[in-house]
Amino acid sequence: MSVLKSREALLALAILVAIGIIAMRFPAFVAPGNLANVFNDTAPLMLLAIGQMIVILTKCIDLSVAANLALTGMVAALMNGAGMPLPLILCAVILLGAALGAVNGVLVWKLGIPSIVVTLGTMTIYRGTIFLMTAGKWVNAHEMTDGFKALPRLVILGLPVMSWIAIAAVLIFAVVLTRTALGRAFYAVGGNAHAAVYAGIDVGRTQFWAFVMSGALAGFTGYLWVARYAVAYVDVAGGFELDVVAACVIGGIAIAGGAGSIWGAMLGALFLGVIKNALPVVGISPFWQMAISGTAIILAVAFNAAQSRPKGRLILREAAQ
Amino acid sequence: MSIWKKALATAAVATTLMAQSAAAQDVKIAIVVKALGIGFFEAAAKGAEEAAAELGDVEIIYTGPTDTTAEGQIEVINSLIAQGVNAIAVSANDKDALVPTLQKAMERGITVISWDSGVAPEGRMMHLNPSSNALIGNTIIKLAADNLPEGGDVAILSASATATNQNIWIEEAKKVLPNYPGINLVATVYGDDLADKSYREAQGLMATYPNLKAIIAPTTVGILAASQAVTDAGKIGEINVTGLGLPSEMAGAVASGATKSFAIWNPIDLGYAATMISYNLVKGNATAEPGAAIGMGRMGTATLDDANEAAMSDPFTYDASNIDAFKSIF
Repeated sequence: MSVLKSREALLALAILVAIGIIAMRFPAFVAPGNLANVFNDTAPLMLLAIGQMIVILTKCIDLSVAANLALTGMVAALMNGAGMPLPLILCAVILLGAALGAVNGVLVWKLGIPSIVVTLGTMTIYRGTIFLMTAGKWVNAHEMTDGFKALPRLVILGLPVMSWIAIAAVLIFAVVLTRTALGRAFYAVGGNAHAAVYAGIDVGRTQFWAFVMSGALAGFTGYLWVARYAVAYVDVAGGFELDVVAACVIGGIAIAGGAGSIWGAMLGALFLGVIKNALPVVGISPFWQMAISGTAIILAVAFNAAQSRPKGRLILREAAQ
Repeated sequence: MSIWKKALATAAVATTLMAQSAAAQDVKIAIVVKALGIGFFEAAAKGAEEAAAELGDVEIIYTGPTDTTAEGQIEVINSLIAQGVNAIAVSANDKDALVPTLQKAMERGITVISWDSGVAPEGRMMHLNPSSNALIGNTIIKLAADNLPEGGDVAILSASATATNQNIWIEEAKKVLPNYPGINLVATVYGDDLADKSYREAQGLMATYPNLKAIIAPTTVGILAASQAVTDAGKIGEINVTGLGLPSEMAGAVASGATKSFAIWNPIDLGYAATMISYNLVKGNATAEPGAAIGMGRMGTATLDDANEAAMSDPFTYDASNIDAFKSIF
């Protein structure tokens, strides 16, 4: 029973049920090859959701992740065009992503501006920067080298590298969040900032590191995204930040901070990924698709809210008696 | 103050005034596009600048929202009205949503035309189609049929389900289907002009219709994403991706064989023609009424039909034989 009460287990169950329903209309969806495809397609969302989750844990939000992804992706494509080697590009995108995240972090930490305002601003600035760098020009498949495009597609043990990267990131950050002082500080800061200060944790600096990690993940995903779709332009991943936040919310990450697990973020991303990949094959009108995605989000959040409510009431009632 | 200083000051003021009035005589033509940063519209802006250089007394304001929304275009148009431009030439994100704002512009004496993607008749004086819709609808089916002598299943990957131009072309394409026996249109899906969604829709088409022989994408984002999806699925040669695309973006797909041929009108010509028409309407050289012939400079004349619409020229087909010559142009 306690297993059923865990949010992660319920979400996993919901994903399985969804896959089952889809399979009734379109049996080929459950073929192992297709499920691997769905997982691979969801990998970028998972990577960003991990970063977003860390930021949300500290009671902040990072709306600039998709713009960060687009900017670093464009830089990666331009560096490739200039003939730079792939390892250098990979280091550069992670560093640049982290630097862009650090800008958010510093503004939140040193100036105390609410994160939603800071990242709303930097989101626009980062997209504008791509426009300034390229004057609106696209970088297309034939302008990228084969090696640059091949890395995310390279298949190891039946899964493309992009999927393995997402799996590795989940495992690494699972350890970071549960086994390191900084990881625990993320929870402490979001759970109770005052208590965190008394425990000797610098709230602002912890939030700063959350933004840096989110940025670094977004930067790395930028390369993967551009290499996978073989195109880089201003509007890459437009509106994707909302999917990322939705994945976290569905995964049971408390938007008020301090609660949630990396497995939740991963499953939340997978849930959205399954729906996104299923809608084209089950033949639902495009006018319904958005409504269906939206309903899934609201249902998941309503369910989470309903699940966490009784606890508090129960204690109060007992205290009154 | 010496008389010299006074005279000099008067002369300076007079010169400034004259300069201002000279600048005011420049015809300000605003080219409003669906969104900034799309190669097709950047090329159209080049054409507009070319027309401006030819005409001499024209100032081009190339603008648009950063994403393809009608709300964004309304904001842009409102600010253009405030700036007092002489003409607005718009490629609309929504046929009806822009009408009230554009009517406001016309009430203030601004010449309003639409090009590429149209506005409802009450919201503009005339509309310039890049080509006739019937010709485009026929072309996209023909492109697929030419490479399918024995016929087969084809599917359409469009932009958003509400895009005016896409829907008209698809409608026209369906009308000519009986002329191509054996070509079987199995589905129309929508990629919303997002690379990732279009890619996923193309994957969905391949999964749903195992006998699919061609994907027709009459949108530059869609054709590129579909080519990539076909390449990644290892189905080059099995599925041909065709439709409307830009040579600079499609060069890779044509080289890999994912796309055998595609078509597009020349966006430079389109921006050029829209500017020429706006100029002629502002200057009173022509009136936008059914039957009127309006000069488009080197593109000839545009003849308006009963709905005040005109077609510029035929779409042009690009394939391996000519793409290298065009990929560096647009």
